Amino acid sequence: MGVKFDKWKNTLKTIWKCRVQYAFLLPYALIFTIFFVLPVIISIVYSFTYYNVLNPPEFIGLQNYINLLLADDVFLISVKNTFVLAVITGPLGYIMSFMFAWLIHELPRFLKTIFVLIFFAPSIGVNTFMLFGTLFSSDSYGWVNAYLMDWSITSAPIFWLTDPTYMMTVIIIVVLWMSLGNGFLSFIAGLQTIGKDQYEAAYVDGIKNRWQELWYITLPNMKPMLLFGAVMSITSSFTVGEVANALCGFPSTDYAASTVVTHLTDYGSLRFDMGYASAIASLLFLVMILAKKAIVTMLNKLGT
Amino acid sequence: MGLNMNRGVRMKIKKRKPNRSIWGDGFVLVLLVGAGWFFVLPLLYAFNSAFKPLDEIFLFPPRLWVNKPTLDNFADLFVLMSKTWIPFSRYIFNTVFITVVGTLGHLLVASMAAYVLSKYDFPGSKAFFTIVVNALMFTPQVLAIPNYLVMTKLGWVNTYWAIIVPAFAAPIGLFLMKQFMEQIPDALIEAAKVDGAKELGIYFKIIMPLVKPASLTLSIFSILNLWNTRASNFIYDEELKTLPYALSQIVTGGQIARAGVSAAVTLFILIVPLMFFISAQSSIIETMASSGIKE
Repeated sequence: MGVKFDKWKNTLKTIWKCRVQYAFLLPYALIFTIFFVLPVIISIVYSFTYYNVLNPPEFIGLQNYINLLLADDVFLISVKNTFVLAVITGPLGYIMSFMFAWLIHELPRFLKTIFVLIFFAPSIGVNTFMLFGTLFSSDSYGWVNAYLMDWSITSAPIFWLTDPTYMMTVIIIVVLWMSLGNGFLSFIAGLQTIGKDQYEAAYVDGIKNRWQELWYITLPNMKPMLLFGAVMSITSSFTVGEVANALCGFPSTDYAASTVVTHLTDYGSLRFDMGYASAIASLLFLVMILAKKAIVTMLNKLGT
Repeated sequence: MGLNMNRGVRMKIKKRKPNRSIWGDGFVLVLLVGAGWFFVLPLLYAFNSAFKPLDEIFLFPPRLWVNKPTLDNFADLFVLMSKTWIPFSRYIFNTVFITVVGTLGHLLVASMAAYVLSKYDFPGSKAFFTIVVNALMFTPQVLAIPNYLVMTKLGWVNTYWAIIVPAFAAPIGLFLMKQFMEQIPDALIEAAKVDGAKELGIYFKIIMPLVKPASLTLSIFSILNLWNTRASNFIYDEELKTLPYALSQIVTGGQIARAGVSAAVTLFILIVPLMFFISAQSSIIETMASSGIKE
């Protein structure tokens, strides 16, 4: 009993000693708790209820989760599609972000800004992906079809956005195209903070080419940004939804372009079953946290 | 003479980048220019469409480049703007206010928290940071209703605060700042303390100047987000509506002839973020880390 009390007293003492630090954290902690933590908790609570927005939520235990996993065929298609998107666009988008940031960093100063703008262009406007609606339009006037037919590769227009054979491929291309976003910008800024003297010292130490430089100096220095970029990649690759709905329509042919997030939007915004939508969000939340944990472990092993 | 100059040029190149071959540099440039076309398409499309006359907008097959550029779309847009109920400048003011206050507040609140989280270990600090990063992973679509409940309880519905204050604590900003501050050597802070500096002084005079690339990047994230916010969930008064909302009303309010105006709107709304992005990026790139911030 006495030991426990001492421990408490010690903790309180440390907290008092760190009061300046807590004061720095306070404004953020307060706003974050009220506008981010609280809504997430409310939403997780909703996931155990039936809530149609009009009537007060009604507690139904695990029923939403049971229906989701055992009785919802579209959800299973959505999970499969989301998994495919995450596994392909997550790592590829991440590598592309770093590779392009690194290559742009090699350029002379006046070209750098221009190229950062060029590669970030898909993220700077709103709904830029709508452009792909024209590009992959199903008639012979769509740019891709027009070219394919012009060069006699195909004889009839391909239904890129309504034929289940091609829908996922198109979405993957568009998501990859948009993947040079926040992570990419953090890499650009991060590369700028690595001191020139480190590269000069390495040159003296006998590092011979840009690959060795990348491995021994750039990557170890970029670890914090690499972690940031990895989390950005997870959040964007697991939550593909808007792109799928905008390009392939909702519902898409045979639900072939359905993702977890389009399924969630379906229940949340169209059917007003907030409990069910919250259950989907909670499951996705759990999976993404696990994916983040796995990747943090992997990144920590890099270069040690 | 010619030979000497040649040698001089080569020396200069060698001095600039010690571990680079001309072939490698050439290959990098070719690769970037080749891939760049694919990524810059939306910008090209936005610029060209805004200056297309109506017949070119409806041209089939659609073409990227404008043939006979015209300012008609902008003239139409400005006529429509002058006809709104409320002076159009009010919408612009609303969005500028939300963007400026939201971004400055976010920068201050998030970087102060990031400073103590990255440089001190105190009870709860690690757990708090983990919660912030995990918060990035919750799908925002289902948060609309809980958020509305919170805003109603606070009485913030139909005020700017409903948009500005949550933006202060956007998890992405804290995460970014913390990752960059982690790299600042502790010795720098200890030395300042020995010289009698207080925490607030260290934060403003030592930490913030060192993470300038990060704070500019955070501002880009924040401005892109706030400038484009429609805020239609929380704001009902016409006088408080934002610029993107007002512009989309103009576009959807008319018939198909507004397609030209719509293209002009896309470019019009893009100008401010674009200008800020370019100036912020060139300022990031000018940051010469000649001695670096790492030990």
